[in-house]
Amino acid sequence: MIIDFKHTQSAHCECGVTANLINDAVKDSDQQLSEALAFGMGQGIFFGYLPFIKVNELPLTTFRCPVGKIFKSVTRALGIDVKWQKFSSVPTAMDALDRELDKGHPVGCRTGGYWLPYFPPALRFHFNMHNIVVIGKEGDNYIISDPVFPSVVECPAKDLALARFAKGALAPKGSMYRITRVPEKIDFKPALLTGLKGAAKSMVKTPVPFLGTRGIRFLGKCVERWPKKFGNEKTVLLLGQLIRMQEEIGTGGGGFRFMYSAFLQQAAGILDDPRLITMAEQMTASGDLWRRFAVKAARHCKGRATQDDSVQAMRQVLNTCADIETRTFKELLSIAG
Amino acid sequence: MRIKDVPQDPGILDDYGREICYAVDQNGNYSLAQSIGWDPKNVANRQAWQAIEKKIDKAREDILDGKLSPIGFYMVCNQMDVRLLAQYMGLYRWQVKRHLKPAVFKKIKVNVLEKYAALFNVSVDELKSLPDKPAMDCPSSP
Repeated sequence: MIIDFKHTQSAHCECGVTANLINDAVKDSDQQLSEALAFGMGQGIFFGYLPFIKVNELPLTTFRCPVGKIFKSVTRALGIDVKWQKFSSVPTAMDALDRELDKGHPVGCRTGGYWLPYFPPALRFHFNMHNIVVIGKEGDNYIISDPVFPSVVECPAKDLALARFAKGALAPKGSMYRITRVPEKIDFKPALLTGLKGAAKSMVKTPVPFLGTRGIRFLGKCVERWPKKFGNEKTVLLLGQLIRMQEEIGTGGGGFRFMYSAFLQQAAGILDDPRLITMAEQMTASGDLWRRFAVKAARHCKGRATQDDSVQAMRQVLNTCADIETRTFKELLSIAG
Repeated sequence: MRIKDVPQDPGILDDYGREICYAVDQNGNYSLAQSIGWDPKNVANRQAWQAIEKKIDKAREDILDGKLSPIGFYMVCNQMDVRLLAQYMGLYRWQVKRHLKPAVFKKIKVNVLEKYAALFNVSVDELKSLPDKPAMDCPSSP
């Protein structure tokens, strides 16, 4: 049995799941929620450089809010009711999933990426922040709308069970969620303002120096110090990890900056506020700089760094990003007031 | 990023599809574009795989030198450390650490070996022997 579910490919799994699930639940007459709108409304954009938290023995850099926050913020802002469940045993979790599917409900699941056999082998790492929508079962295979893939995929039951109960940091513990009720009339406007305000606050009003736009400057300072502190070999590993976190862990490009620009453009239309178009242009400029930073970092990894790619030059790029983003988010804060 | 600048650098995605990029058209409006990959990303991913490959080589050497049990090999092949492997096995970390010793490995009960084998997706016989170096999924040069 396969539920009739509109699968739309996205750049990022949680925004994609959020948009796809909500579009499936609302009436055809309602406005469609794009991935970019879900990202902005869900206050997805963020920055944090947390050298005291290690991933594969290297420091954690994050370009997005904690996992789950986008879906929770969007559904709350739009007044959509959601049922969340966690499980302690595999059979109970799989039975609960089957029951929902039998009733014709598409079900969101949080999973680990390592166990999903349809992932490209080169991208199978242990990370427990992947979101998918299960939309059916045929024999022993589940039918899955995984938003980062072009079309729906199949996954054997035993692999999905492993993925839902992946271990390690942020273990999903069989998490599943589904939409139980949508309001009569959905209004994007207040939700967009709340989203703008929330994200801008976390970018420019955080009191600690390693989060938000101050965190970008802090990262730049650290990058400049890496070669002296750790030597060349380790610096290359640190830069490689940074590129992966910026560009590989599901982005719309430039550490989510381009997706946020797309959100600002769409929000400008809905809120009828041309100031947001200018903000979108600024975020695009910042995204382009982030991409330039990744190019420089990659040259270090390839051993082809020139004077232009020195750690000092890289810090300069990050400082410019921080300047642009501080200005942009402060203006957004005053717009969303 | 403009649509015409969306990178199309072949790398690790192969035939697994395309990823979505956000880029602006001539009028400055954002739209979705597909990309087959980007060189800096490919470089960073390859680097991550080379680190794994190094660990696998080291584990093989240690097994040949009699310093490590084959569990250590399958552990690094599955990108696990002792902590993660212990969680998957439902064991304490010190238990897994002991199982990594060749002398202790010979005495592990069959049911525990079967559990390791099932987790690593190999047979118990395979688990007991030193396997060949696996084919790495990520090419080392484009």
